[in-house]
Amino acid sequence: MSKNENKGPKKKSKKYILISIASVFLFLFIWWLYTDVFKAVPANALPSPIKVISTFFIKFVETKPEGATMLQHIFSSLQTTLTGYAIGVAVGVPLGICMGWFDKFDMFVRPIFDLLRPIPGIAWIPVMIVFFGIGLMSKAMVIFMTALIACVVNSYSGTKQTLNVHLWVGRTFGASNLEMLFRIAIPSAMPLILTGLRVALAASWSALVAAELLASNRGLGFMIQQCRVIGRPDVIIAGMITIGGVGALLTYLLKLLEKLLLKGRKNI
Amino acid sequence: MNKDVVIKCDSVSKIFYSSDKGFDVVKNIDLTVFKNEFLVLFGPGQCGKTTLLNIIAGLDMPTSGKVYVNNKEVIGPGPERGVVYQSISLFPWLTTMGNVEFGIKAAGVGKKERRKRAQYYIDLVGLQGFENTYPIKLSGGMKQRVGIARAYCIEPVVMLMDEPFGALDAQTRYLMQKELEIIWGREKRTVVFVTNNIEEALFLADRIVVLNNCPTSIRQEYVIDMPRPREYTGEKFLYLRKEITGNMDKTL
Ligand SMILES: Nc1ncnc2c1ncn2[C@@H]1O[C@H](COP(=O)(O)OP(=O)(O)O)[C@@H](O)[C@H]1O
Ligand SMILES: [Mg+2]
Repeated sequence: MSKNENKGPKKKSKKYILISIASVFLFLFIWWLYTDVFKAVPANALPSPIKVISTFFIKFVETKPEGATMLQHIFSSLQTTLTGYAIGVAVGVPLGICMGWFDKFDMFVRPIFDLLRPIPGIAWIPVMIVFFGIGLMSKAMVIFMTALIACVVNSYSGTKQTLNVHLWVGRTFGASNLEMLFRIAIPSAMPLILTGLRVALAASWSALVAAELLASNRGLGFMIQQCRVIGRPDVIIAGMITIGGVGALLTYLLKLLEKLLLKGRKNI
Repeated sequence: MNKDVVIKCDSVSKIFYSSDKGFDVVKNIDLTVFKNEFLVLFGPGQCGKTTLLNIIAGLDMPTSGKVYVNNKEVIGPGPERGVVYQSISLFPWLTTMGNVEFGIKAAGVGKKERRKRAQYYIDLVGLQGFENTYPIKLSGGMKQRVGIARAYCIEPVVMLMDEPFGALDAQTRYLMQKELEIIWGREKRTVVFVTNNIEEALFLADRIVVLNNCPTSIRQEYVIDMPRPREYTGEKFLYLRKEITGNMDKTL
């Protein structure tokens, strides 16, 4: 594509960034008017944005009130998520690809998979607590189930979408079945596999927070939950912002990976 | 003229069955293609040209009848038959070089030899300088050049081309026809070329086989002995064009 054609969307996206920034500031301003200026709600229900922002920074050094600093919570949450997610990817992606490529294997695994598929990740929380207690393991297993489904579904569709004409090319060149799998089907599926990784990570992160609300002694979800009990809405909101921020960061990192691995396929 | 038979179709028929009904797509094709001949299968519509070509390629089996290439019965695809496809068949995740050397890589040719050979065919189709370009950055005509280089690179005896220029604009199409003739002139192969464009057929063919529509069967053959390169507006060209088009119209 020529340089000129690229100019349009880029200029536009700059404009959009300005609009987005304006909207965030407007939101904060109204929030501030509502709480600090008009005092329309009691501070122990909705604290002012200034209070939340200062709490956010203080929490990076302060362990009070619930017993750990923000970084410790983030680290704990990330550790659990990434453990479950990594196992989910390691099992889910190959499983999805094999289901998409080997028909007999698909028939064999599908009944079980179709049974598990509609169960939302967080529905596994109670049974995992029964099996593994409230340590890292039970939550990691919840994340594992969440990530697994998204990875299998996307890798499967990706593999199934391999173009016939590409398989013809492989066959006329005398490629073996395994060569066709590794050199044609998997590269064909790569965009959807990566989409699966991204969807799975976002889903894992939300499932984790839910899991931590119920069964935890550390982590962002735990922090929010504790502060609800002891009435610290400023920490709750600071925690929510952190959850959103870390989630967005994780998605961004995977987008970078996607760009790297799919170079040449899109006009990036 | 050298009259060695390279491809022989022996009453080839193909019926696709859907639920209970049979659907005749190719019917009783008897066809002989000679060494280094440029044979054009000329036919309209959506009725069996690709199927016939895929049967010769060994990608599909005939319902009845047999295909022989170099006196050997075709029972599957093989490296002595290169195929250039109708639609976007390049691997989008590979560069020009990656696409062209794909076949010989599968055949286990070492890297150095592979690069050398792929480069030769990239040069042949006029794509030097685009070795490391991904297909998305190539124009339609360039993509088909890569497709041609990729098929040539395994050094097949037979080249099967399925409407390779069908998706190109008219200008590029003329250009590619001339290019293909030059390429074929330099690297002679037995070619079976499918098209529904009469100018393309007349410009390229040593022999045109006109096909009936639905199911595909042979209607008539024309030996085209005009000297090359041909003029699209030459007297004989226009005469044959009228004659064959007229003949076709009667089938529709
Ligand atoms: N695998 C298949 N199963 C059933 N029908 C098919 C299959 N492949 C092609 N057909 C049918 O055969 C007909 C001829 O297709 P094709 O050979 O692609 O025609 P052409 O190349 O002349 O346009 C089409 O009507 C198509 O629907
Ligand atoms: Mg076709």
